[in-house]
Amino acid sequence: MNWTALIVFTALFGLITVMGFVAAHWRRGDLTQLHEWGLAGRRLGTLITWFLLGGDVYTAYTFVAVPALVFGAGAIGFFALPYTIIVYPLVFLILPRMWAVAHKHNYITAADFVQGRYGNRWLALAVAVTGIVATMPYIALQLLGLQVVIGAMGVGTGGGLAGDVPLVIAFAILAAFTYTSGLRAPAMIAVVKDTLIYITVIALVIVVPLKVGGYAAIFNAVPPDKLLLTSPGANTLAQYSAYATLALGSAFALFLYPHTVTAVLSATGAGVIRRNAAYLPAYSFLLGLLALTGFMAIATGVANMPEFAEGFQQYKSNFAVPALILHSFPDWFAGVAFAAIGIGGLVPAAIMSIAASNLFTRNIYVRFINRDCTPAQETANAKIVSLVVKIGALIFIIFLPLQYAIQLQLLGGIWISQTIPAVIVGLYTRWLNPWALLVGWAAGLFVGTWMAGTTGFQSATFPLTLDGLTVPGYAALYALLLNFAVSIVLSPIFNLLQAARGTDETAPTDYRFGLNR
Amino acid sequence: MDPDAHDRRPPRWPNVLLIIPFVALLWVPFYNSIEPSLWGVPFFYWYQFLWVPLTSLLIIAVHRLTAVPNGPPDGRDAGGRP
Repeated sequence: MNWTALIVFTALFGLITVMGFVAAHWRRGDLTQLHEWGLAGRRLGTLITWFLLGGDVYTAYTFVAVPALVFGAGAIGFFALPYTIIVYPLVFLILPRMWAVAHKHNYITAADFVQGRYGNRWLALAVAVTGIVATMPYIALQLLGLQVVIGAMGVGTGGGLAGDVPLVIAFAILAAFTYTSGLRAPAMIAVVKDTLIYITVIALVIVVPLKVGGYAAIFNAVPPDKLLLTSPGANTLAQYSAYATLALGSAFALFLYPHTVTAVLSATGAGVIRRNAAYLPAYSFLLGLLALTGFMAIATGVANMPEFAEGFQQYKSNFAVPALILHSFPDWFAGVAFAAIGIGGLVPAAIMSIAASNLFTRNIYVRFINRDCTPAQETANAKIVSLVVKIGALIFIIFLPLQYAIQLQLLGGIWISQTIPAVIVGLYTRWLNPWALLVGWAAGLFVGTWMAGTTGFQSATFPLTLDGLTVPGYAALYALLLNFAVSIVLSPIFNLLQAARGTDETAPTDYRFGLNR
Repeated sequence: MDPDAHDRRPPRWPNVLLIIPFVALLWVPFYNSIEPSLWGVPFFYWYQFLWVPLTSLLIIAVHRLTAVPNGPPDGRDAGGRP
């Protein structure tokens, strides 16, 4: 048991617990209204949105899994950097439109928008269910980050249910402050979390190179086949196409995730989103540095040190960063670093559970179950659902094999991408017929899942073969191409069949936003 | 508020500049090499890091070029709501 690290970790956790409850009083609003509880009253300015979106996109799982992938698979794992760079031009161009129309019509979720735009509750239901299902394993994986760092401090390594007690406590705290404070809690805690993360990563990229003899020594220690992507051969594009499609597909998927939509809609203006698109890449730089810690773990040889053998056996390459932290820092700073990762899991987990409960409440409960519900009932329902979602994630991570959560998260990325035609294209045109979109969505889901299935759900990269040339690519993107093709071909047919096109409650001017500097 | 703000539509062509990072980062042959390395860091890595600030600067430039100086407050003109 590493007591020093554990005390520092617990103290920082205590601090954010207090903040989580105090947050209910910050920029006080009527928390019985869903847009107050679930979107912090749409009053978050540029700086807080920066922290919130940063805390949202760059999660505990990211901080553990990206270096782990680089540690295990090498250069291909670095796709996280181009992915989190090219996502921002997309955010800059597309999301202010979503903000504007959502602000005008009090939409809280992407499915709300689809409902309003197409007047088709089945399409809205498909978008809502996809969002919820894609988010659930993501929440579970935030717990994985927490579980790994708690294990790294020597708590509950004996195995058994007793080892999960700290995890349950951490989650109970999270559930309680999310319930009382709504989105204000993660917004406030994100400031602390990101500060800790920046301190930790900057310390790592300074301290480790000093210990092993500079960056040249780190890269020299990496096996040559891991240092670069494998080049195309006579009949395959090898990792080239995989790298590019993973980056592009992930960028498109990112802002369809319900937790991203929630953070974006809570901004106080479209300009806040445009400015954040320019400033958020600072986090991408940080993520790139973090990816490099995977190579640092190789260079320091932590995987072969007897004191870390147990950790690697239990958590596989996900233990690379915790081991590197324990190896490089004094115990008290390891406590700070672990708190950064742990809290780094709570912030997105809170936002994700709020986003999932907004979706369930708005697009399933109110639309299909209790049509006469009052705004106060709606909010009460969302708060309960946020608890249910978190308990579900907790049960998942404690009782089911970890591999399931990782595989489901991988599938979640493929599934959420299939809502792009309805949501993103819908922001610009209503040319696609809602029923055609629904069929396209189903086709994309089916084919994307099948593609992942051919790899035994181990990889999201599918080796598509065209005329003898193998093009390995992100299954989400291939499925999306099919989805688009089906939606485009079927739209005129459904229109001819007089399939109800629904009514559009939005007007072209609803999408316009202020463009001041 | 300046009553003409709505009529002075900002130019939209600068948005095209945002294609640049996509080309630079998605065309892998541009950068999948060790040399030229920088302080021991292979080209593959520092090139991609370089695109973080470059993309940021591009977005800031496009934001300024497509914005109306002293225009209406953010988003608040969209629906005419406060």
